[in-house]
Amino acid sequence: MEFSEHIKTANVEDVVLRRPFYQPTKGTLCVTGHHLIFSNRGGDSARPFLLLLRNIDAIEKSVENLLGYSRLFSSTGQSQRPSVSSGTITLKCKDLCVLQLDIPGMEECLNIASSIESLSSLETVSEMYPFFYRPPFLSLQDQWGLSSTEQHYAQMKEIHDGWRVSQVNRDYSVSPSYPPAVIVPHSIDDETLVKAARFRQGGRFPVLCYYHRETGTVIMRSSQPLSGANRKRCREDELLLQAVIDGSELGYIIDTRSSQQAQQARMTGGGFESKSCYRGWKRLHRQLEKGKVLQESLIKLVEACGDQSHSVDRWLSKLENSKWLSHVQTALSTAGLVAECVERDGHSVLVHGSEGTDTSLLVSSLAQLILDPDSRTLAGFLGLLEREWVQAGHPFQQRCAHSAYSHVRLRHEAPVFVLLLDCVWQLARQFPLAMGFSEPLLLRLAKEVYASDYGTFLCNSDQERCVTGVKERTHCLFQSLLRANERQHYSNPLYERTELAIWPSIQPPSLQLWKGLFLQWTDDALHLVEAQKVIQNLVSQCHRPLNEKVENTDG
Amino acid sequence: LEHSDKQVRMLDRFSNKSTSGTLHLTATHLIFVESNAAVTTILHHHIASVEKLSLTTNGCPLVIQCRNFRVVHFVVQKERDCHDIYSSLLRLLRPVSYEELYAFSYNPKQNDQQREEGWQLIDLGAEFERMGVPCDQWQLTDVNRDYKICDTYPRDLYVPITASKPIIVGSSKFRSKGRFPVLTYFYQEKKAAVCRCSQPLSGFSARCLEDESMLQAISKANHNSRFVYVMDTRPKLNAMANRAAGKGYENEDNYSNIRFQFVGIENIHVMRSSLQKLLEVVGSRSLSASDYLLGLESSGWLRHVKAVVDAAICLTKAVTVEGASVLVHCSDGWDRTAQVCSLGALLMDPYYRTIKGFMVLIEKDWISFGHKFADRCDQLDGDPKEVSPVFTQFLDCVWQLTEQFPQAFEFSEWLLLQIHEHVHSCQYGNLLANNQRQREELKDRTHSLWAFLLSEQQNYVNPAYCPGHAETHPVLEPSTLPCHFKFWRNMYLQFDRSMHPRQSILKNVLTLKENNRQLEDTVKELEAVSNLSCLPVCLLVCLSLHSRSLFHSLILAMSLSVCLLVLILSHYLTLLFSFWVSWSLSHGLCLNVSASCSVSLSLSVSVQKFFNLKALFAREICLITCQNQNSQKYKI
Repeated sequence: MEFSEHIKTANVEDVVLRRPFYQPTKGTLCVTGHHLIFSNRGGDSARPFLLLLRNIDAIEKSVENLLGYSRLFSSTGQSQRPSVSSGTITLKCKDLCVLQLDIPGMEECLNIASSIESLSSLETVSEMYPFFYRPPFLSLQDQWGLSSTEQHYAQMKEIHDGWRVSQVNRDYSVSPSYPPAVIVPHSIDDETLVKAARFRQGGRFPVLCYYHRETGTVIMRSSQPLSGANRKRCREDELLLQAVIDGSELGYIIDTRSSQQAQQARMTGGGFESKSCYRGWKRLHRQLEKGKVLQESLIKLVEACGDQSHSVDRWLSKLENSKWLSHVQTALSTAGLVAECVERDGHSVLVHGSEGTDTSLLVSSLAQLILDPDSRTLAGFLGLLEREWVQAGHPFQQRCAHSAYSHVRLRHEAPVFVLLLDCVWQLARQFPLAMGFSEPLLLRLAKEVYASDYGTFLCNSDQERCVTGVKERTHCLFQSLLRANERQHYSNPLYERTELAIWPSIQPPSLQLWKGLFLQWTDDALHLVEAQKVIQNLVSQCHRPLNEKVENTDG
Repeated sequence: LEHSDKQVRMLDRFSNKSTSGTLHLTATHLIFVESNAAVTTILHHHIASVEKLSLTTNGCPLVIQCRNFRVVHFVVQKERDCHDIYSSLLRLLRPVSYEELYAFSYNPKQNDQQREEGWQLIDLGAEFERMGVPCDQWQLTDVNRDYKICDTYPRDLYVPITASKPIIVGSSKFRSKGRFPVLTYFYQEKKAAVCRCSQPLSGFSARCLEDESMLQAISKANHNSRFVYVMDTRPKLNAMANRAAGKGYENEDNYSNIRFQFVGIENIHVMRSSLQKLLEVVGSRSLSASDYLLGLESSGWLRHVKAVVDAAICLTKAVTVEGASVLVHCSDGWDRTAQVCSLGALLMDPYYRTIKGFMVLIEKDWISFGHKFADRCDQLDGDPKEVSPVFTQFLDCVWQLTEQFPQAFEFSEWLLLQIHEHVHSCQYGNLLANNQRQREELKDRTHSLWAFLLSEQQNYVNPAYCPGHAETHPVLEPSTLPCHFKFWRNMYLQFDRSMHPRQSILKNVLTLKENNRQLEDTVKELEAVSNLSCLPVCLLVCLSLHSRSLFHSLILAMSLSVCLLVLILSHYLTLLFSFWVSWSLSHGLCLNVSASCSVSLSLSVSVQKFFNLKALFAREICLITCQNQNSQKYKI
């Protein structure tokens, strides 16, 4: 299908663009298959403003028959085309930015709006921009992704005795959402795995995600067992878990649902590990919200942040009502619990919820950040995201189809990944020296996950990525972020590696709203942005005399 | 009185952790020494209440609440010991005269002259001069030289030129506690004045011609505006209620040229219970995020803080934008008036955002104009209804501003916390007593807090401070969006370490800055050395370029041989340099950089020629600079 079918009007002159932090500017608007391009007329120094259509979450248009439009800019002395009608398009983006376009001519306005509407909601993966993005500094021949399961396994020499890489899922037949290779206990053969997988939702049998060197214990993750109403058992699944804790020890199963939810899940064929069948495993329930509840929480939070009312009480009650900080608190405290089991008690942990593609990943990756100094470096963190989210089959395409502004009826949307980033931000705020990456990286990821030039967050699983050719025909965001100049921008200059676990405080006064994300476009965030700039300028000013001296000496 | 008790446990109030140690009671402090030698010191003056809880199997619990928001929970093994400590503390808790306060026994090893000099550091006369007062419209009056007109005002007061003594006297009689309108800040750019006073004794219909001419005089002193704003910082209802008691507010019909408005900051009682509620909320164990936010809302504390900031913004706009003079008052003009006037001045004048300037501001608007520190901060045993966190709230407002404008303030929150600490510690004479008149007698035997703070001001520096900000933003325009008003954890939970970020950027950046300074010194030394060593080479090059004749070529050959000699020597020289560089850098922050540099230097010695030496140094300097820049770019 051609994109041009959707584009009724490709170019409009004399469009006024209003966006945060900038004066309204007049220029030419151009709609392409993937972008809105706005170029400032005559402004040779200003680069054109580029907006990925995929980034647009909601579009609102209002058309007016106005004679006064040309008067608006008459003071600037530019020649005016008399226009009798005009329209305004408000674009609400997935990165929470709100833009406004004033378009002369009612027809043009409606055309543009409908083009944006249809182009921004295209669902075919292979038509998305990452398949067309060809920057000069990247080559398609480069390795896609940072590492594979095999490479990851090869790096961890200490687990080679007890654990092996299994290729049982090489054709994605055992679990469609798992990567081809997974790490499992040595004593469990592939046949057992296949049988255990049939007992887990979506075939997501327990696999290793983290090995803790100090105590020799592990964090595993899976989906719920399909024990159902008549308490079915699966010998192979029990064997698999038995092999993890090796007889005598104790293991913890952290279920990210409440025990009531877990009970209810049995009615629909799901369930939980009963104590009698899984000897040595102790089950703990910690309810983490996901799906619709989480999405609505985000919507309410963004709405609260956009509220221009000046009442503190109203703000606090809206903030409370969104429950976002409660979700942050629960996620961090559950991750803390997992880390505590592993580090302090020295017991292995299995994390799962129902599908094992959302909250399980959230908890397991946060626990790794708490425990593992390697995952706190820039490359280590991106590696963690790749393993625990991209390869482990978080359905990015479903979860991030729409963000907080969309009016579309919700289906599978849920900001689980954004919640992860928020939790990581909280961790980094409490341990500002322990993380090798900085806030801009988290903000960049929060933006890229919804709309990206790169293929990393496309599709819902590794399998889909292979089928659509994502790995061959798009570039990898993580690779790009690790290029020298990007790496510098996203590194934390205060970073000092610590080998210790970083235990976050989860007391509410220690948690804060992530202003950098949720209030990044408000006019008042400008104070802080400005402050940051001034600080940077100040520092460079401080050093300018020094630099000049250096240059002089050099010359 | 001296008392020690072993086998005491101190419980953390948010976790189940506890530490055991020995509790010592001295004449001035309660000291807990943990078995790992960590010491917790509590000044008796800081203790607001002691509570003995019912006996448990572990011992007798003793809960001590402090005015600096520390809450300590001791468990004393023997009940008898616990009772002893309890009763001794109760006796010490309520000093009745100033002589009993710590300020009179505190001795920082200074002689009398140093102590005197400490008191001279802040001079309000000079401060008014800095503002441009006295001037053609404003003068110093001596009516209150002996505290005759108003005993809660300072001796030196500034009034409009046209306000004669009878007007002043008449006006003061018409104002509650005699606190007539006087100048507190002069905005030189627009010649607009910020004045303060207490409420008029207007009742339902009373008038006072002198008071009316006083306001007229203030109005006349400003040619920019035809009228004076009168800001009553109380809610309208409270002001109305005061009329029944013969007090009240200015009637716009009686005063020509005034614009009257209410601002609506609640009174000291509301603020006291609001903070009380807030502390209860944040002090509760296993608090959920929802309960926290709901508690924050229902305490109303942030709403009150915002109300004060809003009022200050309103004042600032009237003065800086409209160029109008403003008269601020509340009931007695020493609580809300002090808050609004000082915050307004902080927004208008960059000087007050420096460390010294902030001290001057507190000295002027709070100390000299008679904020009742003794009553409000419960320094002496008195009426509990007079106690209120008005000054704490002011510091909170300032903190909110420092959060919004990280580069505008020379001081960090540590200064605010330290000042707050000493408002209650009664360790220095500045913040004792209720007004200047009472304080004068105390000054001779106590020390000045400002001298102490200025002596260690490097601890209070905000590393992000940018003096240039004052030029680009002389007047601060804070956002009043509610999301910018936050709970000040480092104040209200300052002693609950488990709540705090485990690593401090502020501390780290301060250390970095210090290291940076040292590195810059090193760079300067390096440059000096490299310049020196280049001199002979440059000379030689010049010589060889100018030598054309045969005779000169002889000299050229000679010079070349000299050059060779120098080159051989230089090898050793560079080697020496590289060692020296790596040594001096290993004391800096970038160990890894220095290591790699020194390796590259020593390697290069064998291949590089003497001319490259300078380039090498330059590269090294660049590396250091880059490293430092990166470190500082981090958002603070």
